Amino acid sequence: MTTPSLMVPPTRRSPLQGLGLWWDDRVDRYNAQPIFLKAIWVFLALVLVYALPLLRPPGITTNQIDFGGVMFDCASFALVALGLNIVIGYAGLLDLGYVGFYATGAYVTGVLTSYHWHWPYFFSLPVAIVVTMITGVILGAPTLRVRGDYLAIVTLGFGEIIQKVVNNTGWLGASGGIKDIAHPPTIGTRPTPPFHQGGAFAIPHLQWDGLIPSLDHEHVTHFLVFGALDAIPYYWLIVTILILVFLGDRLIKASRVGRAWEATREDEDAAELMGVNTFKYKLLAFALGAAIGGLSGSLYASGQGGYINPQAFLLIYSMLYVAAVIVGGSGNRWGAILGGVIVAYLPDRFRSLGDYRYFIFGLALMVLSIWRPQGLLPPRRARRARAAAVEIDALEDGDEETAVADV
Amino acid sequence: MDLGALFGSFDNFLSFTIGGLVFGAIYALIALGYTMVYGVLQLINFAHSEVFMFGTFAVAWVFVALHGTSSAQWSLGRSVPILLVALVAAMCTSALVALLLERVAYRPLIKKNAPKLIALISAIGASFALSEAMGLRDKFAKFFGLDHKLANYVSPGKARDVYSNPVSIQPHHLFNIGHYSVTDVDLTIIVAAIVMMVALDQLVLRTRLGRGIRAVAQDPEAAALMGVNGTRVVQLTFLIGGLMAGAAATLYMVKIGTTKQDAGFILGVKAFTAAVMGGIGNLRGALLGGLVLGVMESWGAAVFGDQWRDVVAFVLLVLILLVRPSGLLGEALGKARA
Repeated sequence: MTTPSLMVPPTRRSPLQGLGLWWDDRVDRYNAQPIFLKAIWVFLALVLVYALPLLRPPGITTNQIDFGGVMFDCASFALVALGLNIVIGYAGLLDLGYVGFYATGAYVTGVLTSYHWHWPYFFSLPVAIVVTMITGVILGAPTLRVRGDYLAIVTLGFGEIIQKVVNNTGWLGASGGIKDIAHPPTIGTRPTPPFHQGGAFAIPHLQWDGLIPSLDHEHVTHFLVFGALDAIPYYWLIVTILILVFLGDRLIKASRVGRAWEATREDEDAAELMGVNTFKYKLLAFALGAAIGGLSGSLYASGQGGYINPQAFLLIYSMLYVAAVIVGGSGNRWGAILGGVIVAYLPDRFRSLGDYRYFIFGLALMVLSIWRPQGLLPPRRARRARAAAVEIDALEDGDEETAVADV
Repeated sequence: MDLGALFGSFDNFLSFTIGGLVFGAIYALIALGYTMVYGVLQLINFAHSEVFMFGTFAVAWVFVALHGTSSAQWSLGRSVPILLVALVAAMCTSALVALLLERVAYRPLIKKNAPKLIALISAIGASFALSEAMGLRDKFAKFFGLDHKLANYVSPGKARDVYSNPVSIQPHHLFNIGHYSVTDVDLTIIVAAIVMMVALDQLVLRTRLGRGIRAVAQDPEAAALMGVNGTRVVQLTFLIGGLMAGAAATLYMVKIGTTKQDAGFILGVKAFTAAVMGGIGNLRGALLGGLVLGVMESWGAAVFGDQWRDVVAFVLLVLILLVRPSGLLGEALGKARA
């Protein structure tokens, strides 16, 4: 066998492959450690994540716009990507109208806490999630029987319908949007600006002079004031929810449901023959994805500005969400988070490029997808499957040494 | 809801129907780019809207070059000479953009046999980049020191604003149906679009090239074994899609007369909807889907108000797919009658 098999993937490494290998290596090393070390690592990572907007590390801090706000957007995108990852990555359903669920969640909160009623925020949140979930079921039940790419266009249509309906309906604030949406409740004394900023205590930010940090007492975050001035408390809230969703996602992926999704995605007919009720599981994925979309929409609505309008729910955001999931690595929850952060962060970080930034962003999306077609952090299964494919090809060629060496 | 607006008089009904057919014809021509690429590669060619957008700019540029920037109102007959040049220019521009797209955004992925979804992301990136490139054309020209020389084309500082064709083409009355006067512009657009689509349909059905396209759509590997050059066929598909988008761009500029760097987006979405509605991968489906979509949304706009136009279009799409899950005609390109 001197001629290389056509089926073996090319061995030339793409420039981004190193990232995936590095990540696998980290995961392996982490898994090899005893439990108490793991706990320490997780604790340190969490502290870093929560403290990031206070630390304002040079290099990644955005100077043109509020860094706390950017971090909130990143976490918000990551949450959305995590939800969409269930639909696209786990169940293999292409949803191009995810922003419709996001909008539904946001508007339920807007209507309940400001426009028609005045509920406290945390009462509206579960309602927003449930309403969005029901929307997902109503949309999913008839359309999930449509296979493949037709589902994509139906969902795209749905996203567009929601946006237009909101834009044209006076009861939902029409194009003017909804303002004064309730914030989550403040912990500590209520702020009475301009005299007292409220909160239990104040945390100073860091400022950097080159690489030398110093405390910045001019800019402080009040713990825990959900007001219009500071985005960081909202960031903490959304990160907390992101972590909870992440843990839930882990549990469900490892359960019977997760395996049913995987089977459905890989071969729907085979899964059906093995007794998996594929329709039920697809609908479940769709509804769960919708619920997470509604959750993040609701968090967005009650965010720093407390203001939503239909312009925030344009079709292009659906595309960006899909891009986040795929670029990150469809089917891997870490990948989805990474993708969400990248898609939200890049345009803000490179704001200094001015008008060029979306041009560069578009090129970056292209380059990322061409260099790394499996996404930045592809799921484990794909790698195992690829190794198996190489092995099978090698065996077919009668080259058992390669087969053993590659496993 | 105002059914009277649509059905109150026969003239109104006709005017909305013909208005819908005009847009439907344009949708259908753009939809070809989606449907052909889907038929051959099973990819959603998301960046096709920008191929169309470049065509509209080419039309406006030809008018600026051959007529100048003074605004004028011409009849269709008077603008025909420039319009023909513009048509050729738009078709070439769009075809070039489509080929570039295939080369840069798709071929590397097709070669790697990458998952279909990643090609969609690459296409979304390409769509962003192309649309932004048009919005930044003044900056790019400045980079080469050409922004003053080309000021009429790149509109320095205003590249993101609406760019108009200086010559606005006035429709003229041709004949009456009932009391509704049919104009030359409307008739030209509908007839031109249908003629082009019939020609393309025949090309795919009857020529050697067409047979190659159908073969690759049906089974790329078998086609390759039979000596069909797959890459060439894919290029050809993009070329045809681009040519048709250029034609659509010319017709669009005749009717609307202005364009913008993001003008392609919503038209692209509608055209894609039309392609799916008719049965994606099916050329006749694209025509039917385009016309049905155009007419129905025009009627919908009449009954519910213009702001509901897009909602009507998408609700219709969802309803049609529920009844006929693979579109109105529902045949793939490869399965079309040989």
